[in-house]
Amino acid sequence: MNNNEYIIEIKNISKSFGDKCILDDVSINVKKGEFVTILGPSGCGKTTLLRLLAGFGTADKGHICINGEDITNVPPHLRPVNTVFQRYALFPHLDVYENIAFGLKLQKVPADEIDKIVLKVLRMVSMTDYEDRDVESLSGGQQQRVAIARAIANQPKVLLLDEPLAALDLKMRKDMQIELKEMHKKLGITFVYVTHDQEEALTLSDTIIVMNEGKIQQIGTPTDIYNEPQNSFVADFIGESNILNGRMVKDRLVEFAGHQFDCVDEGFGEDTEVDVVVRPEDIYIMNKLDGAQFTGKVKSCTFKGVHYEMFVDSDKGYELMVQDYNAFEPGSEVGLLIRPADIQVMHKERICNEFEGEVVDATHVKFMDETFECEEITGFETGAKVKVQVAFSKVDLIDHPEEGTLSGLVHFLIYKGDHYHLTILTDDGYHIWVDTNDIWDKGDLVGINILPKDIKIIKADE
Amino acid sequence: MKRIFAQCYIWLLLIILYAPIVFIAVFSFTESKVLGNWTGFSTKLYSNLFTGDMQGTGSLMLAIENTLIIALIAAVVSTLLGTIAAIGIHNMRGKTKQAITLLNNIPMLNPDIITGVSLFLLFVFLHISQGYLTVVLAHITFCTPYVVLNVLPKLTQMNPNVYEAALDLGATPFQALRKVLIPLLKPGMISGFIMAFTMSLDDFAVTFFTRGTIGLDTLSTYIYTDARKGGLTPELRPLITLLFVGILILLIVINIRQMRNSNTEEK
Repeated sequence: MNNNEYIIEIKNISKSFGDKCILDDVSINVKKGEFVTILGPSGCGKTTLLRLLAGFGTADKGHICINGEDITNVPPHLRPVNTVFQRYALFPHLDVYENIAFGLKLQKVPADEIDKIVLKVLRMVSMTDYEDRDVESLSGGQQQRVAIARAIANQPKVLLLDEPLAALDLKMRKDMQIELKEMHKKLGITFVYVTHDQEEALTLSDTIIVMNEGKIQQIGTPTDIYNEPQNSFVADFIGESNILNGRMVKDRLVEFAGHQFDCVDEGFGEDTEVDVVVRPEDIYIMNKLDGAQFTGKVKSCTFKGVHYEMFVDSDKGYELMVQDYNAFEPGSEVGLLIRPADIQVMHKERICNEFEGEVVDATHVKFMDETFECEEITGFETGAKVKVQVAFSKVDLIDHPEEGTLSGLVHFLIYKGDHYHLTILTDDGYHIWVDTNDIWDKGDLVGINILPKDIKIIKADE
Repeated sequence: MKRIFAQCYIWLLLIILYAPIVFIAVFSFTESKVLGNWTGFSTKLYSNLFTGDMQGTGSLMLAIENTLIIALIAAVVSTLLGTIAAIGIHNMRGKTKQAITLLNNIPMLNPDIITGVSLFLLFVFLHISQGYLTVVLAHITFCTPYVVLNVLPKLTQMNPNVYEAALDLGATPFQALRKVLIPLLKPGMISGFIMAFTMSLDDFAVTFFTRGTIGLDTLSTYIYTDARKGGLTPELRPLITLLFVGILILLIVINIRQMRNSNTEEK
């Protein structure tokens, strides 16, 4: 490995709090001078990862190197990084000057030198003439600027930013984004930026790392991440998208929404189940029906400033989101067209629920710490370890958690054009995936039932 | 009409509450040996108190000295211990934190007499000869929870990242404590200190049980013994008055400080 190329090397980092796994075997390399954004929903482990970089907390497994030096066990005050905290974390008992000079004074930098640096960084964040102000008398935006100035005054090799703009209002956030980007250019140091705001990530970054549930989902440039999401989570999280179940008929031909489309993807094999992503701005919508690949009926049309956002029911019963500069009346028949290059085909992460189970008796099997009734088991002895499969659509969700064999909550959901794909997190921490036409919200408590005939038992992998 | 009743009620309450102390204050300005006998205005008791022209002055002065020294040592030590304990408790999580907070609160609700007797038994059990040291130890014991109680809210109010920010900027944990944490906790530490000081000044039961037999007297035990010897020494009346005025001034100062603090926070 070339140590000169990467300033940060994170190798196989894992971290758990109690039973909960926050980071699961995460590895990242960051090039010198890069603007890297770690993007993900709250609780995905992004802040924990940043805290490990800063030295607050230790990893259970793995190594972190900065500038080729292993700093896994180095305490925070000896690391060549500085952090901009989410809620500023300025020292309320010190004024702006003293806040910025804090680190420099500890390094015993001569006073006139400190003066120069403080003035320089204040100019950089456009806060000249504020040095004598009490930090608590400043607005949120100004406090954030001081926090950034304080972090860069120490001239770190890497600047860590933990959702620094999250507490600001929209207009201020946009302005600060531009300033941060310029600052990055001027300083030439590496920025590691944590956010849950996908737009912020797309605007600022050279590289985006999308995380979910402690795992890296995708690493790439903003355009890569937007145009070629690698799984349905990334597609759903970044921008608006239509995510549909599809089938790769053969190379360059995919079937979804009840039609076959030419596409540019190869190597998925024949007759493979896949996920298909089409961005709403990539669906062409027109009045004339001939020449269209398929037709639909406009269900609703909303003005969004630059474009109109329409929901169209396709001829085969799929609901698609379409964005266009022209408005189409609700109720009107339209023709729809998708170009091959605009279809993003992705491997499915899974095609049915699979659990490790154990045969209890002739008609019962135990999985997810619960005993389920199933159809008569043949070919397995009592106590045998088996694999249990349950199709997504065969999991029955009910309103009352106490009436289900298992209970859990709706953890994540994606609309797939004609049904919802839900991730349910059971009380015991298992994941179960469900296809349903019923509408659930994130965080809903549900009971989970599975009919005996829908439980399929096969031989466990050795 | 309603308002007049409300006003009357509050004044009546205040009169009942303050009558005894006012009574003593008034009679500190007369020479009579028996409390309640007005023999004309005089400041002789005050001058006696300061010139020492009275019976048993030496031991009274010694008792005052003891009281102040013990209160000072107890307040300083318990402020240190309590602050460290509060930081520790603040960094705990969930059930342990709740349990420790409860354990911290029990001594404050516990009757003094129980604290006193149990400390007495403990010292006997450990064969520690009772005297100055045991009284100081006992006072530190019951003062520390009050400091914890005063410092903890300051910690919860504090931005949790502030300490980390100091480390991040290159401060060693000790420097971060000295330059960031302590200055931010100072208001809580000061009110904790004042509270510990007054609790220690005030204490009778615990002192009584832990002072042993060497004849160590604090103000409260001195007054108790004196009163049992046949009537209160008249000079105690001006002393009590002065103490009351002292405490009153202290309280006013604390209140003004708090008001000023909350004003700056609002800004």
